[in-house]
Amino acid sequence: MTNKDTTVVVGMSGGVDSSVTAKLLLEEGYNVVGIFMKNWDDTDEFGVCTATNDYEDVRLVAEEIGIPYYSVNFEKEYHDRVFQYFLDEYKKGRTPNPDVMCNKEIKFKAFLDHAMKLGADYVATGHYARVIHDDDGVTMLRGVDNNKDQTYFLNQLTTEQLSKVLFPLGHLEKPEVRELAHKYDLATKDKKDSTGICFIGERDFKEFLSNYLPANPGRMINMDTGVDKGKHDGLMYYTIGQRQGLGIGGDGGPYFVAGKNLETNELYVVQGDNHEALISTSLLASDVNFINPAADTFECTAKFRYRQKDVPVTVKVTGDDQIEVSYESASAVTPGQAVVLYDGDKVIGGATIDKVFRNGEALEYLA
Amino acid sequence: MSIYVDYAATTPIDEEILKSMLNSADKFGNPSSIHRIGKEAKAFYEASRKNIAKRLNAHPDEIVFTGSATEANNMVIRGTADYYERPHIITTAVEHASVKETYQDFEDTCDVTYLSVDKDGRIDIDELKDALTEETKLVSIIMVNNETGTVQPMADIKEVLKDSGALLHIDAVQAFKQLPVDTETLNCDFLTLSGHKLHAPKGIGVLYVRRNTHLKRLITGGSQERERRAGTENTLYAYAMMKAVEKADENREENTKVLRSLKETLLKELEQQEVPFEVNGDVTTQTNHIVNLYFPWTTSEYLLTALDMAGIYASGGSACNAGTVQPSHVIEAMYNEDRARSSIRFSFGEQLTEDDMKYIAEKLKTIYTKLGKNGFI
Repeated sequence: MTNKDTTVVVGMSGGVDSSVTAKLLLEEGYNVVGIFMKNWDDTDEFGVCTATNDYEDVRLVAEEIGIPYYSVNFEKEYHDRVFQYFLDEYKKGRTPNPDVMCNKEIKFKAFLDHAMKLGADYVATGHYARVIHDDDGVTMLRGVDNNKDQTYFLNQLTTEQLSKVLFPLGHLEKPEVRELAHKYDLATKDKKDSTGICFIGERDFKEFLSNYLPANPGRMINMDTGVDKGKHDGLMYYTIGQRQGLGIGGDGGPYFVAGKNLETNELYVVQGDNHEALISTSLLASDVNFINPAADTFECTAKFRYRQKDVPVTVKVTGDDQIEVSYESASAVTPGQAVVLYDGDKVIGGATIDKVFRNGEALEYLA
Repeated sequence: MSIYVDYAATTPIDEEILKSMLNSADKFGNPSSIHRIGKEAKAFYEASRKNIAKRLNAHPDEIVFTGSATEANNMVIRGTADYYERPHIITTAVEHASVKETYQDFEDTCDVTYLSVDKDGRIDIDELKDALTEETKLVSIIMVNNETGTVQPMADIKEVLKDSGALLHIDAVQAFKQLPVDTETLNCDFLTLSGHKLHAPKGIGVLYVRRNTHLKRLITGGSQERERRAGTENTLYAYAMMKAVEKADENREENTKVLRSLKETLLKELEQQEVPFEVNGDVTTQTNHIVNLYFPWTTSEYLLTALDMAGIYASGGSACNAGTVQPSHVIEAMYNEDRARSSIRFSFGEQLTEDDMKYIAEKLKTIYTKLGKNGFI
């Protein structure tokens, strides 16, 4: 099949990355169709639907490069499969990763299906990751831009999903993408990168969350001394290892969040960097996804959160949908976040962190 | 291949109308000027008004030119609602957005009753009777529905309102090309029309206001249109509107025949191709230029995209600013939201051919078959 006969549906967000993605595929001769996803309904303070401007940018770029463009609404799917999970995880005192879920359930499921129904051979997005299709099947590699690599968020994609995916930006560094946008003079060439979780945008996270979950203030307790350090605004607002926004200190070194007790509604804090309470040596994780078949026990490297340096680990498959990951030492490994496994640049797979241990003893992250 | 089946959304400008507009462009004067150039323009403009009045069986002074039918509907509703003290108003659940959303603005200051519709999209006359009170000042009814082609029982409505103090407002935008529109027969007090649904350019509408009817004006700043709508008269577009009204009125019977055969061909071909579908509403009593179909095996959003990719341009529901499709409130009122999410509207113009209809049915069959084969149904 030549590129000309290959239809690629590009998920266009109105940002610079997906704009360049569409243009690059077009340059390679593919039959390119752009589709904008509307996953969240929101209006700004002037009553304008926030998706309007992004869609307008999709239109501009699509007209500029000469591809058909459409829009699809996944508000219901997003609400049911991503937002509900997001709230449920916070209710459990965990720190969810809606981007991982959005990729798994929306971008590479609902959207992928929609594109396939429209006759697409592949779906492409502007993610910084590489995917290789060859006789051995599918391999996902980190994006060459170490700083932008997004494989952490793509860890739940199955072989089947990846077999229909192209990531044309994976071999580029972000500045090169900007340069290409300028070279092709795309309407989005100077558009600011979006930050934060898509449905929260620039808004205050605490305020946003309080619209959906009742805040339940409680006491902050120094884990070492048992001293009451004042009031916390609600356990859901804090994540393990968090330093900012506690409103305490001044008595020798900063404080860090080290645990939550959902029963007593207490937030445990500790003083000082690298406090023992934050250090773990192993974890248990579920929602296990191996992109390529893996042995029962193997050594590799892992990330416990986005943009963290890789840590050497040993992985043991301990159940139907459970792995144990052990390592020398890591700080603030947080339940609800993903653990993503790498073999060099290759992504082995990933899972969701459930429990964290220090030398076999469960940490009091969640009591 | 490129088949436009969205004539209820808008129509291409008639070439003859466009040419006659260009030929009249020398009448550029401001009709309100008292010099000769102005008077020439005035005569040209008033001739358009007079001809439109004749076609509607109305007096020229009852015709107001507006920028659109949306504006005309706004003028009626806002101008009446603001004239009275907390009036009661009756409308239906299946109005065009220009009526529906305007009433939403008055839900705090007026008592608005929305009449429900049955599965055919028609109101229940008894419900209208029951809703009518002495406080009822205005009844807004869409004569032919823009999404389904359903015709409301206008004669019965007239009968019910006969001895009431309520003014009757008819949105006849989709009706005019299909059915005789006579302001006396309909016994209406307000009636609105749109030029671009009749092959005139966008930007011109008509509001009929019965003599001696109170209407608070919306746009101020001049005495144009007998103080009903300020702003320099759009002489050329009014002329195009007149031409379009004339043409539609004269060719109504002939057009209807063509449209009926298009509709029947599409339905017959779809049945032959064994594409599962149902008609929304009663196809035998709907006008011929619209058919709204329910495809239980997919969503309108998907189908409209797939059809567009195949060069077939239809519609369904309303588009939001981010390009996604909101399910039709009309189909929802007739059935339910799920059905609305899987329904699309084909609307025809006499320029289409039966081969076009066959092509549409074939493409729908291809789409349906592929989805089934790939496990999406």
